[in-house]
Amino acid sequence: MAESTNGEPRIGVYVCDCGTNIAGKVDVPAVVEFAGSLPHVAVAREYKYMCSDPGQEIIQKDIKEMGIDRVVVAACSPTMHEPTFRKAVQSAGLNQFLFQMANIREHDSWVTEDPVEATEKAKHIIDAAVHRVVFQEPLEAIEVPMNSDVLVVGGGIAGIEAALKMADAGHTVHLVERDPSIGGHMAQFDKTFPTLDCSACILTPKMSAVGKHPNIKLHTYSEVTEVDGYVGNFKVKVNKKARYVDIDKCTGCMLCTEQCVVAKVPNEFNESLDNRRAAYIPFPQAVPLRATIDPERCLQLTRGKCKQTCVEACGPGAIDFEQKDELVELEVGAIIITTGYQTFDNERIARYGYGQLPDVISSLEFERISNASGPTGGEIVCKNGEKPRSVAILHCVGSRDENYNEYCSRVCCMYSLKFSHLIKEHLPETEVYQCYIDMRCFGKGYEEFYKRLMNEGVVFIRGRAAEVTAASKRQAETEGKLLVTVEDTLLGVVRHLPVDMVILSSALQAQPDAKEVAQLFGFGCSSAGFYIERHPKLEPVSTVTDGIFIAGCCQGPKDIPDTVAQAGAAAAGALALVDNRTVKIEPTISYIDPEKCSGCHICVGLCPHNAIVYDAELDAAQVIEAACKGCGVCVSACGSNVPVQRGFTDEQIFAEIEGALA
Amino acid sequence: MAELTTTAQKKHLHEVFCKDVMSMPEGSKIKQCQQCGACSGSCPTGYLMDRGPREVIAAFRAGMIDEILKGNTIWMCTSCYSCTVRCPADIRITDLMYELKRLAIKYDLIPRDAKAPALTKYFIDSVQKHGRNHETEMLSKFMATKDWSLGPKFGVMGMKLFAAGRMPLTATDIKGKDEIRKLAEYVESKEVAVP
Amino acid sequence: MKYSYFPGCSSEATGKTYDMSAKAVCEKLGVELVEIDDWNCCGATSYFSARELLSFAISARNLAIAEQMGPEDVVCTCNSCWTILAKTNAYMAESPHLAEEVNDALAQIGKSYSGSLKVRHIAEVLINDIGVEAIAEKATRRLTGIKVAPYYGCQFTRPMGGDWDDFEFPKILDGLFEALGATVVPYVMRSKCCGGTMMLTAPEGALKMCHDLLQCAVDDQADAIVCACPLCEMSLEGYQPRVNSKFGTSFNIPVMYFTQLVGYALGCDPKDLGLDKQIVSVDKVLASVPA
Repeated sequence: MAESTNGEPRIGVYVCDCGTNIAGKVDVPAVVEFAGSLPHVAVAREYKYMCSDPGQEIIQKDIKEMGIDRVVVAACSPTMHEPTFRKAVQSAGLNQFLFQMANIREHDSWVTEDPVEATEKAKHIIDAAVHRVVFQEPLEAIEVPMNSDVLVVGGGIAGIEAALKMADAGHTVHLVERDPSIGGHMAQFDKTFPTLDCSACILTPKMSAVGKHPNIKLHTYSEVTEVDGYVGNFKVKVNKKARYVDIDKCTGCMLCTEQCVVAKVPNEFNESLDNRRAAYIPFPQAVPLRATIDPERCLQLTRGKCKQTCVEACGPGAIDFEQKDELVELEVGAIIITTGYQTFDNERIARYGYGQLPDVISSLEFERISNASGPTGGEIVCKNGEKPRSVAILHCVGSRDENYNEYCSRVCCMYSLKFSHLIKEHLPETEVYQCYIDMRCFGKGYEEFYKRLMNEGVVFIRGRAAEVTAASKRQAETEGKLLVTVEDTLLGVVRHLPVDMVILSSALQAQPDAKEVAQLFGFGCSSAGFYIERHPKLEPVSTVTDGIFIAGCCQGPKDIPDTVAQAGAAAAGALALVDNRTVKIEPTISYIDPEKCSGCHICVGLCPHNAIVYDAELDAAQVIEAACKGCGVCVSACGSNVPVQRGFTDEQIFAEIEGALA
Repeated sequence: MAELTTTAQKKHLHEVFCKDVMSMPEGSKIKQCQQCGACSGSCPTGYLMDRGPREVIAAFRAGMIDEILKGNTIWMCTSCYSCTVRCPADIRITDLMYELKRLAIKYDLIPRDAKAPALTKYFIDSVQKHGRNHETEMLSKFMATKDWSLGPKFGVMGMKLFAAGRMPLTATDIKGKDEIRKLAEYVESKEVAVP
Repeated sequence: MKYSYFPGCSSEATGKTYDMSAKAVCEKLGVELVEIDDWNCCGATSYFSARELLSFAISARNLAIAEQMGPEDVVCTCNSCWTILAKTNAYMAESPHLAEEVNDALAQIGKSYSGSLKVRHIAEVLINDIGVEAIAEKATRRLTGIKVAPYYGCQFTRPMGGDWDDFEFPKILDGLFEALGATVVPYVMRSKCCGGTMMLTAPEGALKMCHDLLQCAVDDQADAIVCACPLCEMSLEGYQPRVNSKFGTSFNIPVMYFTQLVGYALGCDPKDLGLDKQIVSVDKVLASVPA
């Protein structure tokens, strides 16, 4: 093996064409020639795909045969291939931190129009990396124990699926759900497209399995309030809201919910189509089947005065008005976020009359009306109790519209077809119109379902409905009807459809607090509020934070099959981590030399991760390696420049700047 | 009305339309039309049009904007902006209608039975002359040239308005009426002439 | 409070009573309207239909003069004037290229407009700057018993007013009339077009639109329709006889500018509000107001 003879660094620079991604814009041979001329550079090479096996072998060969002891790869973003090249360097016997990546794709060729400018920019970026790598030092990854427990946030179908998978694999799973019961939106649905399985029939066995699973610790009526730590060792605080019922004593007998004197509380589970009491169990299949007392509506809790009929009715004496919120601290190795979606507020589109015209209803309202356990016992009826003789279903309400949400909500075409089927099944004589822009029936069995509905006699009108109005009282034939105005775009004729009921196929939106939740867990949101995956194709359920995964509609609108598939993928991702006994963490963390530290404590208070403690014996601050995240706050805060962030030393950064400006 | 007979003429008209639209604020959004028909369904006069606003954009896509100018569509637009505020693609459809009206006037492509262009002309004449629109003058010119029957139809109302002082016979001239003329001359000098 | 006032061409003719009543209301409320010196026609739909740059240029001449007079907001009474001036203002702000072209034109007449002004509708100014409560406090007559159909008209908020009221279902005047004691009927057609611009050129369409608007007010059992635009007022009031003869109806419903009825509540002299100049008599409505 050749070695540097005089102790000077010997740098290898490898410039990637990335097919035409880089070479199509940047003059790579010129860049290679330039790199070869830089100080300490022993070799500079071009290759079509550096990340491929032959590409990596070039680097490894040079390390072994030419004594290359510093490597710069000029290619794509380090978030893409830094791990690839680090491994390649390491397996050739060089410490992986003696490698530096220069991003000439995302930072250059993709975003620069002029080829000459792009080539010049590439030279500067490489120059910076070469200057920096000279000062890089070998570092060893720190290995810490892995906590094998996991946390799932959100108890809809995604959270249920992920929790069951991981619990079955033998891990302790904490499942945190904001509402009193798990089940999410799927518990509200009647049938599921395209197979028309009863939603409850396929969901409740899973819910009940969660409730009974020895490895699942269910925290309902609870919210995560704080997240700290890092992959393998997250510390999470969960606020268990007081439900004013001792969950261990309550048997779910429902006597309190029948005796409660506050009767007119809008029932969220039935989309406020009927009422529940202040003491309530959201639905008969709730898990846990335990009562909750609504603190905003209970007379005892709001006014301090009530006959307390619930207490009288409760045999086991489970009701406890003195109960307080409880803060639970959990330690887990990985986290899966499955916080779901909310539906679009239909009142924002005034012209559809939602909230003004009683028989203009939302999609979730229709789910409840058509459901046998819903407020009408499964009878599809208008507000006046009569069966609709005609129904219009309006697609894309709040979707595919720059005034509201630009995106397609993906599920509305299919659930609208399902609604049509349910109407035709219950009321064969009823005319059903679907006002659609494009029918998006892309899943397995979906197109077939569309065809089936055409055969069932549903009328498809291609056009976005313009407005819904109450028909004039003056025209006997349409009196009392709703008029849907829509252009039949295939005919070029504006139609006024007289119907008894209008169903708005409302968009799926991110949860109202999606941004705060993303911030809490440390990843990003799209402008629409959906969580951003690490890579849209290859890491669709990972986030930029190691050890935190996402699944289901919190990542974007999707149907049940896709949600369940993502939940499984997220569970596999989490299991792949927590099945290890240890986790390696980046050594690019802070170090404090006790000899130089004056013990002033400034950094101790400023560290956002509580990773610095004061050691009285040394009279100096000391970094807890496992807790430090390498954020650099202590480095910039110290008046005497004592903390050093490995991998980001002053020397390295100044050299990098010098190179960039050269 | 002039007629576009050759393909080259039609193509030219289409190109002018595209160029003008793309230079209008947010004009390029015309490209993202979903053909959903929210505009046509929302148009209060759509039922009077040979083709609704959606078809205007379809014609743009097909390179057949002359098809629209043959009909009465643009002259039935009241500028109520219903289509514009409802358009899910944020297309300023009312502005497209204006652009087409301008082209029709410029290239003399006005259907014989369309009366709106004459009213537009008399309105502008009045403003160019006085600096403000003299409603009475505009009305009488329109009646005299386009629709005699309006006289008796509006007679009673006109008398009532006149009696209430709401229909003055004389115009107010603004001091700066020359400035209006100068603006018009300047703009005209900047415009590309019809080939 | 002081504003630059753009009366619009109608203020000298059919819309005279809008101008009179707006001024009377503002005087009562201590709002100073300073008329834009030597203003010209906004250009309306006609100029946009003929010459794009010229329409922006003549519209901007008014803004240029107003800007020179002072930094006060420009206030319009007419929906259409507001739409055109606000659109000119907004488009010039959106497109530096257009702003440059317009200023090149204005330079020919020794003027320029930097885009510093706001263009506002009088309804929005009274409600957002003075306030419903402050107006109601100054009222000397309660409009109790009057059922009002608020007809905002199509261009009330369009296309640039989405930030101060809804495009489809504006409601700021509802609250004002309720505070003054009147009953506001639902009037779901409140923002539908009256067809005014095509009353002469395609009357069959325009009269149908007027008919539907009048019918809706009658179905809602309104005693009067209040408007915020001279063209709307003219269509609904002036063309009632023609609607009746075409559709066999017998509409005789009073139509007023909202400022006329607000002024009446504020105790202005009905003559100063031009209430004697209406074509459909408003006497019966006013007589029902308790003394």
